[in-house]
Amino acid sequence: MLNTERKPITGKRVQLMATCLCDAFYDDVAAATVQVLEYLGVEVVFPEGQTCCGQPAFNGGDWAASRKVVRHTVKTFAGEEPVVVPSGSCAAMMFHGTVLEFENEADLGEVEALGRRTWELGDFLVNGLGVKTWPGRFEATVAFHRSCHSRGTNSSSAASTLLGSVAGLKIVEFGEGEQCCGFGGTFSVSFPNISASMGALKLDHIRAVKPDVLVSGDMSCMMHLGGLAKEEGKPIKTLHLAQVLREALKNGKLL
Amino acid sequence: MRFQQIDQFAAELKADTRAAVYDGSKKGHEKRTKLLFDEYADPDRLRRIAGEVKQHVVENLDTYLPQVEAKLKANGVIVHWAATAEAANQAVLGIMRARGATKMVKAKTMVSEETELAHFLEKHGIEALETDLGEFIVQIDGDHPSHIVKPIIHKNRREIATSFEENGLGAYNDDPQTITRRARHFLRHKYLEADVGLTGANFVSAESGRLVLVTNEGNSRFCLAATKCHIAMVGIEKIVPRDYDLALFLNLLARSGTAQELTVYTEFISGPKSPTQPDGPEEMHVIFVDNGRTEVLASDCRDILRCIRCGACLNVCPVYRQASGHAYRSVYPGPVGAVLSPLMMGDKFPQKADLPKASSLCGACHEVCPVNIPIPDLLLRLRNRAKEENVPSPGTPPMGAWALLASQPTAWRASLFGGKIINYLPTKLLPIPALRAWEAKRSLPAWRGGEFRKWLKTRKGRANVSPPAPSRAEAKKAD
Ligand code: SF4
Repeated sequence: MLNTERKPITGKRVQLMATCLCDAFYDDVAAATVQVLEYLGVEVVFPEGQTCCGQPAFNGGDWAASRKVVRHTVKTFAGEEPVVVPSGSCAAMMFHGTVLEFENEADLGEVEALGRRTWELGDFLVNGLGVKTWPGRFEATVAFHRSCHSRGTNSSSAASTLLGSVAGLKIVEFGEGEQCCGFGGTFSVSFPNISASMGALKLDHIRAVKPDVLVSGDMSCMMHLGGLAKEEGKPIKTLHLAQVLREALKNGKLL
Repeated sequence: MRFQQIDQFAAELKADTRAAVYDGSKKGHEKRTKLLFDEYADPDRLRRIAGEVKQHVVENLDTYLPQVEAKLKANGVIVHWAATAEAANQAVLGIMRARGATKMVKAKTMVSEETELAHFLEKHGIEALETDLGEFIVQIDGDHPSHIVKPIIHKNRREIATSFEENGLGAYNDDPQTITRRARHFLRHKYLEADVGLTGANFVSAESGRLVLVTNEGNSRFCLAATKCHIAMVGIEKIVPRDYDLALFLNLLARSGTAQELTVYTEFISGPKSPTQPDGPEEMHVIFVDNGRTEVLASDCRDILRCIRCGACLNVCPVYRQASGHAYRSVYPGPVGAVLSPLMMGDKFPQKADLPKASSLCGACHEVCPVNIPIPDLLLRLRNRAKEENVPSPGTPPMGAWALLASQPTAWRASLFGGKIINYLPTKLLPIPALRAWEAKRSLPAWRGGEFRKWLKTRKGRANVSPPAPSRAEAKKAD
C-alpha cells in the first residue's frame, strides 16, 4: 500500500512545490494554484531553490541520481508547513517513491518527514482544509482524467468533489477510465510506440463523450495527451484542476 | 540496438493478434471487477489478508517445507526435491523409466512450462500430451502460451481451425464447439492409453498435505482417472498454512483469474490409494521445484513469490494489451513476468533486464492483484538493479546531467531560461534522442521556463519568495 499517512493541518501557511513541468512549460498552472490557495486565505511561500522532485531518475532506474535531487529537495523544503504540489505524480514521489529509494539510507527519516507533510493540491483542499464545495461558475462539460499516481490516494475523489460542486460544470464519465494514458515518464520516450497507442485509446474514449475540456490533476498526462491530439491534427482543450477552480472564481467575480 | 525490444515487438505485432489479446484481456478484467465488487463489500481487504498470508508463507518456507514433506509422506506420497529445471525433468524421467512408461497425459502447469518438460520427455522417447485445450493447441502448433491462464489468448478461431486441419484433426471448421468436440474425441483415447498423469498444484496445505487443483475443463481429473501413477510438479512457494485458508484463496483465484465464483472443477488430493482411501492412483509423487525461487527469496523482490498465477495483472495491463505475451520472451509475461522472469534468470539477469522497463508504472496490476503484490515497486527495484549492474537500456535518457542541474538551484534557474531555445529550433533535428522520441508522436508545448517565477515576483501583492536555500557545500555533504 502507498504511504499516504498525513500530518493534520494547523495554521494557514504552505510551501508551494511548483513542479519542474510547471517551471518549464505550465506557469499558468502554478499561478492558478497560488491564486486558489490565496483565495482560501492560505499564505503561499515559494522556496526559490526548488528544482524537481527527483522522479525522472527514480522511474528511470537511476536511484543514486534521484537521491541526490531528493536530498536537495528535502533541504529546500525545510520547515514544518504543509507542502502543496499541483501534481499527484510528484506528491506520490514525495510520500511513496522517495521512501522506497531511501529505504537503506541513513537520512530516510528526514525524507519520510517531508513526505508526511506533502499534499497533492485537490487532496489538500478537500481533506486538508475541509473544503467540500467550490464557489463561482464554470460553464463546461468536463472529462476528468484520473491520473495513475492518484491510485490508492484521496486525490481523484477530492477532485471529483470539487469539480462536481462548481455551478455550471458537468462531469462526463468515459470508457476505461481506470486505464493509464501512456505517459509513464521515461517510458514515454523509451517505449514511444506503446506509449502513443495507449494515449490514442484514451483519446478515443474521451472524444466519444464530447467534453468541452479535459481536466486532470497532473500536467504530465495532459502534456502527453494534448501533444498526441495536436500531432494528430485534432487538438483537444486541456486544463489543470487548479485552472478550472481559478476560472470559476473569476467567472463568479470572486477574484 | 536503438529500440526497446518490447516496444519494437508491439509496433510490428499483427493487427489481428493485438485485437485478440486486447479484447480477451479487457473482457477478463471487466468481468472480474464486476464480480468482485458486486459480491464483496470490501474486496481490497480480502486481497490484503490473502497477501499477508502468502507473505508469511514465503518468509517461513524453511519451516513450512519440512512440515509439508512430513505430511505428504504420511499420506503415502513420494516426495522429491528439484533445485533446477533439469533436475525436475530428470526426476520425472526417472519415475517414468522405473515404471517402463512411455505415455503421459499432462494437465496445465506453469512449472512444467518453466522446465520445458514436454520437449524434454519427447527427446527421450516419451509422449507427453497436453490435455488443457489451450495448451493442446499450443502444442500441436509448436507455439508458446502467451498468457498464464489463457495460453491461446493471441489466437483467433480461424487460426485454430487451420492448425486442426493441418494436424489431421478433421477438415477446416472454425466453429468453437466443433473444435472442442474434436479435441475431446482425440484426447479421450489418449487418457486411456497413458500410464502416468502429470499435474501441477494451485495450493498445497501444510496442515494436511492436501494438493488443490483447479480447472474448468475437468482435464486434470481425466488425467488422474485412468492412469496408475500421478506426478505433481509444484513450485516451492505454493504452500498455504491451513486447509481453512483455501476458502479465501479459491474464492480470490477464480474471481481474479477467470471471473468465476469458483472454477468448474476443484480437486482436493490427499494421496494415493490406501486401505482407508479406495480411490486414487497406485503411486503418487510430488516434485518440489526451486528453479531460481530461493534466489528470488533472497532478493528484495521476494514479494513476487506470493503470486497465485491468476493472470489478473496481465488482463489489466495496458502494456500487455498492446504488446501481447510473446513480447516478453518468457514463460511468465505481463506485470508478474516483468518481475519474475528477469529474477529467475539468475546470473543472466541482464538478458531480461529490459522487462521491468516495459511499464508506465500505472499501478493497475497492484490494484487488481489478489495477493496485493506491489508490482510497480518491484519493477522499480529491478530498474535500479539494472542500472547498478550497468546493463545498457536503449531509449532511457541518461540522468547524470539532469541530477547535477536539479541539485543546484542557480544552474537550474539558468537552464529554465536557456531552454527557450527549443521554441525557435526545429526539435525534430535536435540530436537529443529523448526529445526526438517524444516529438515523433507528440508535439511539445511552448517552453515557458522561468515565467512562473517572474510572475510571482512582479505580480501585485506580496512576493512570497523565500531566500534560495542550501549552499552547494551543504548539498554535497548530504550526498
Ligand atoms: S502477480 Fe498477482 S495478479 Fe499477477 S498473476 Fe500473480 S497473483 Fe495474479
